[in-house]
Amino acid sequence: MISIPSTLKISLRALRVNKMRSSLTMLGIIIGVSAVITMLAVGTGASAKITEQISTMGSNLIIIVPGSTTSGGARLGGGSQSTLSRDDAEAIKNECPAVAEVAPILNGAAQVVYGNQNWSTGIYGTTPGILEVRDWPLASGRPFTDQDVRSATKVCLLGQTVVDNLFGGMDPLGQIVRIKKVPFTVVGVLARKGQSLVGQDQDDTIYIPVTTAQNKIFGRSIPGMVRSIMVKARSKEDLDAAERQITELLRQRHRVGPNQEDDFTVRNLTQMMQVAEQSTMIMTLLLGAIASVSMLVGGIGIMNIMLVSVTERTREIGIRMAVGARSWDIRLQFIIEALTLSLIGGMVGIAIGIAGSKILSVAADWPTVVSPLSIFFAFGFSAFIGIFFGFYPAYKASLLNPIEALRYE
Amino acid sequence: MALIETEKISKVYTLGGGLAALDGVSLKIEQGEFVAIMGPSGSGKSTFMNLVGCLDSPSTGRYLLESVDVGDLSRDELAGIRNEKIGFVFQGFNLLSRTSALENVELPMLYSNVPATERKHRALAGLKAMGLEGWERHHPNQLSGGQQQRVAIARALVNNPSLILADEPTGNLDTKTGSEIMALFVRLNREKGLTIVLVTHESDIAAMSRRIIKFLDGRIVSDEPVRQP
Repeated sequence: MISIPSTLKISLRALRVNKMRSSLTMLGIIIGVSAVITMLAVGTGASAKITEQISTMGSNLIIIVPGSTTSGGARLGGGSQSTLSRDDAEAIKNECPAVAEVAPILNGAAQVVYGNQNWSTGIYGTTPGILEVRDWPLASGRPFTDQDVRSATKVCLLGQTVVDNLFGGMDPLGQIVRIKKVPFTVVGVLARKGQSLVGQDQDDTIYIPVTTAQNKIFGRSIPGMVRSIMVKARSKEDLDAAERQITELLRQRHRVGPNQEDDFTVRNLTQMMQVAEQSTMIMTLLLGAIASVSMLVGGIGIMNIMLVSVTERTREIGIRMAVGARSWDIRLQFIIEALTLSLIGGMVGIAIGIAGSKILSVAADWPTVVSPLSIFFAFGFSAFIGIFFGFYPAYKASLLNPIEALRYE
Repeated sequence: MALIETEKISKVYTLGGGLAALDGVSLKIEQGEFVAIMGPSGSGKSTFMNLVGCLDSPSTGRYLLESVDVGDLSRDELAGIRNEKIGFVFQGFNLLSRTSALENVELPMLYSNVPATERKHRALAGLKAMGLEGWERHHPNQLSGGQQQRVAIARALVNNPSLILADEPTGNLDTKTGSEIMALFVRLNREKGLTIVLVTHESDIAAMSRRIIKFLDGRIVSDEPVRQP
């Protein structure tokens, strides 16, 4: 049996003899592998971005909105009914063991004025719990307190976008802003959070105590009622339990009969995340599959060249057989030759794929993540292609009749 | 014990209309003989050489090489026998192109697992014995015909075979170089007792051997020792 190093040496020499041909054959694999790496990087990057955006909403988040209402036979759609109250929020916090924190939300849009600057933004009346529910730290100042909520103090927390637009570099802490002409003292500034999944600027926000919002800003709403309730479950595993407990509690509190529909909707953010992740994964797989086709084409190129090579080198094979090469020696030589082509092509392709992903993320501002798994996959796949498409030509070579091979011109 | 012993070996090619290229040839060649095989083309001498060289198996009959029946051996077992026991010298040299003389000589040892350093050592010694010192790194296309044939002989000898089969080794050489190569064979036979079977159609070449066997239509028509001058 011939040794692997000797075979490798023979193969490398054979590939060097036809440099142009070898590099063109490799090019097929290079294009295939780099396409696979880049496509997977694009897909993985997109999925990482989506996950990151969802998590900026807050982790283990559950959102409860009122159900739809029917008015004269016309269903008015979700949230059209005022069924959720601050007391509901309080009860969820006290009675559902899987729930960590709760924040009722009474929101609307309003104009904010500071000095000669004005800005229209989203006003959220809520409780101090909102900061924990949404995993949102303060950049400076202090949060408002339960005391502020009880006495409906006119204090507010500003999002960064609001600060940028009203203060333009000045420190807003302690300043007075007017929301719908009502003066509020700025006690804290929220940290920057960036865009949400749907592209909404999350920093374009003002948080005020829910009672103040009720009394001073959104005066027309029914007292004690809120637009939604945000809930943070204790952990990812507790999400389903929390959802069940909330549904049960609210049905009881709202006196919903056993055969009646819920008059509220519980939405689990993790479900949204899973759906989003699933769709990006399908996209990633699709991109990868399309790119794999080009790798397959590269493999066929290798097989084609190896078949030509076997025919061209019939005499060489005959000489080797005459001096004692066994079938396996000949087979190994050609398989290693094919493998060398595909592995060198694979490695160059991986390098180009990584570089391409980096360039793409800079040039097209698209996040890309080259996962070690995709590199491993690309390398393994090119090795497989070398062996698979090298086998037939190698097998054919090993079956040559030495007498005829020696006579071949 | 004969080195080569054939018992009524025949070779029938079904593609050639079932004609027997070799028709029941029985022959013994002893260790240390120098045999020349002659005959017109189509006489069966090449077929006989292919069988003796274990490149092919007989259709019927028995072929014993060093008392081992090689008729039933598989392709790979035959390859092993070629590697260990037989050295080939061809009319067209059959060296690997784009490969140095040294590596050409190393070739048979690649397939018998000789370690790299010993391989190189033996190949260098073999080339030196053929008077090719200083030519080790040259490729076949940089060597003269006579030099190429000597590289081929070094390759044939490198695994210390029991038998050298030479198929018209002087056919592609001019008369002077041809007789030099023949002198080399004579010396190998006399000094080292190497068994040589050589095909030629030149009677003066055949005359340098010690026994001449003539083939015609797949049979042996004469088998006579050469009278030494």
